[in-house]
Amino acid sequence: MSIDESGSPPSGAYVEVDPTRGSPPKGERRPKTAADFDAADDRNVPVLQVRDLSVEFKTDDGRLLAVQNVSYTLHERETLGIVGESGSGKTVGSMAVLGLLPKTAQVTGEVLFRGRNLLAMSEKERQTIRGRRIAMVFQDALAALNPVFKVGDQIAEAINVHSNVKIATDDERVVDLLNLVGIPNPKDRANQYPHEFSGGMRQRAMIAMSIANDPDVIIADEPTTALDVTIQAQVLEVFERIQDRTKSAILLITHDLGVVAGVTDRIMVMYAGRQVETGTVDDVFYQPSHPYAQGLLASLPRLDRRRDGERLYRIKGQPPSLIFLPPGCAFNPRCPTAEVGRCDVTRPDLVEVSPDHLSACHFAADLYEGTKAATT
Amino acid sequence: MSDPSSAPPVPPPSPAPTPLSAGTAAPYALPGVEPILEVRDLVKVFPIRAGLLQRVVGGVQAVTGISFTVGRGQTVGVVGESGCGKSTMGRLVLRLIPATSGSVSFEGTDVLGMGSKELKAFRHRAQIVFQDPYASLNPRMTVRTIIGEPLTIAGWSKRDIADRVKELMGMVGLNPEHGNRFPHEFSGGQRQRIGIARAVSTEPELLVLDEPVSALDVSIQAGVVNLLEDLQDRLGLSYVFIAHDLSVVRHIADVVAVMYLGKIVEIGPATEVYERASHPYTQALLSAVPVPDPRKERERTRIVLEGDVPSPANPPSGCRFRTRCWKAQDLCAEEEPVLVDRGDGHPVACHFSEVAVVI
Repeated sequence: MSIDESGSPPSGAYVEVDPTRGSPPKGERRPKTAADFDAADDRNVPVLQVRDLSVEFKTDDGRLLAVQNVSYTLHERETLGIVGESGSGKTVGSMAVLGLLPKTAQVTGEVLFRGRNLLAMSEKERQTIRGRRIAMVFQDALAALNPVFKVGDQIAEAINVHSNVKIATDDERVVDLLNLVGIPNPKDRANQYPHEFSGGMRQRAMIAMSIANDPDVIIADEPTTALDVTIQAQVLEVFERIQDRTKSAILLITHDLGVVAGVTDRIMVMYAGRQVETGTVDDVFYQPSHPYAQGLLASLPRLDRRRDGERLYRIKGQPPSLIFLPPGCAFNPRCPTAEVGRCDVTRPDLVEVSPDHLSACHFAADLYEGTKAATT
Repeated sequence: MSDPSSAPPVPPPSPAPTPLSAGTAAPYALPGVEPILEVRDLVKVFPIRAGLLQRVVGGVQAVTGISFTVGRGQTVGVVGESGCGKSTMGRLVLRLIPATSGSVSFEGTDVLGMGSKELKAFRHRAQIVFQDPYASLNPRMTVRTIIGEPLTIAGWSKRDIADRVKELMGMVGLNPEHGNRFPHEFSGGQRQRIGIARAVSTEPELLVLDEPVSALDVSIQAGVVNLLEDLQDRLGLSYVFIAHDLSVVRHIADVVAVMYLGKIVEIGPATEVYERASHPYTQALLSAVPVPDPRKERERTRIVLEGDVPSPANPPSGCRFRTRCWKAQDLCAEEEPVLVDRGDGHPVACHFSEVAVVI
């Protein structure tokens, strides 16, 4: 399979549109690599370490394995993207990190926030971290905001629950936060209700709420999925700006590979509750070493390419039920390289194909070599 | 002003005297292609009613004077953000809702003036596929009944319907043995295939596809897009493909129309519109779409628009995009730009249009 990445666009392909009214074009951005973190010592600090996280639900039909043995590390100022389709376990996994799942969920593994295991903490202890040190931005801002309270109240509440000094709806801090996320007339807006905000504004208000306590980690679950592309661009810009300012680490959960390509440093691809590939954003996009990641990238219609008549690549079949997972590799019934007697028997471990680039495939090394050949 | 019969509502006085139709220039058509559908100056104003007597106090100008043609066997992609009127346009074209004014002509026959008999015949030749494969299939009907319903209406015999349904299910990649199942037994992608099978059952010539793949996961989406292309090749279908996903539209469309607040702001061959975007809105829209290529993403210049789309109940005077446009000048507020070729190779509705490469 060839994932064409024949290179950078011709220079001068970008006409400078001078946006005197629109905001200026975004500055050049380089994903942070391991070297960056080594160079600046303080950046090499892992904030969140998830080890062997599994989530299981008991259903009438049997055990539902929503997340299986997921491990990742999030460093300071880093943005990690978790990519996957519906039902791949990306949302459940992040809810488990925050202890937001219902009691019926059986969560095992470790979630270390600055070395302390969140899963072993009491609920009371966890509350001092959740919303303050680790904040969450949800997909559906209208559902996540309370319709009967003013937006300013809700942002003030996020601060008040973690503080002894209580602030009011239009406190300076609330107004500052709204201003920071780019809401015009923040003072008036703080006194309005969620229904008076547009979709993009609501998502900004949610972000304002999440950063109210200067969190170390922001978990954003599909924060732009419900938004139009021009509004999505505004919101992604807000994330970038607040990360520059607050130095937070961001865990971005999304199904949109375009968003991931633009804003993350590293990504983790999930399939059927398992981690199938992890690496820097360039590693995974240009040298995908798992058949699912390869197929996913190849099946995308491209905005930036002429099609020349060819059909889209299609991954055959459907994602499996999480209750009746196929034996061996969960992707084997859909995989073009699956080997009978191996892939449908043994579940592949994550193997390192290059430094910090992992793939859970029996043929990971071959696939990796294959992408190298395709590049040169 | 209030007519008790079902006559279309009179457009209420608009606060700013913006003309609803921007001139009667011939609608855009690809040269050398026989048109199957021609839309001219199509307008839809939804009345806003208020008070005890439910008087009309205003109007939402959902579609305001759009013109385009669909060539036989071709795909016209209609893109734009939520609320730009693209879905309303699709429903108007099939007369699922009455138009306020304008004309729609299908193979030379005026659709808006058809009587009930003609309309029934037209509906066999022009069909629609909806976005939500969960809401658009009746949960109490078997798949066989759902796919065969248009044929029942067309008066086919039971045996013919059974044969045809099997053929259709095979054609869209479903197992023909599964005709007795109910929609909930199928996945999202399969349901969309059921919706497509239903739409093509009467061998229509024109399909309006309203966000047909938006609700599907990436790995499933590719299969449905390919199916639509296969069907087009095999059955010679013409498509009006409505979507907000500009990447899918680039892949599937021959002609692309970009809509903003009820109007087409730019139209032309897909390659032209994507590679030589000339309207500031098209440029902003294209530049905002993230590309799944990290190096390109880092090098791209993104035009981030300020603010939100204005309300279609009270659109800005002149050019509707001027409130968010970085090129806007006094002229834009005074005079509405007409959708004509301004030397960019395809029609653009902007006084200051200029080709830019933004992808």
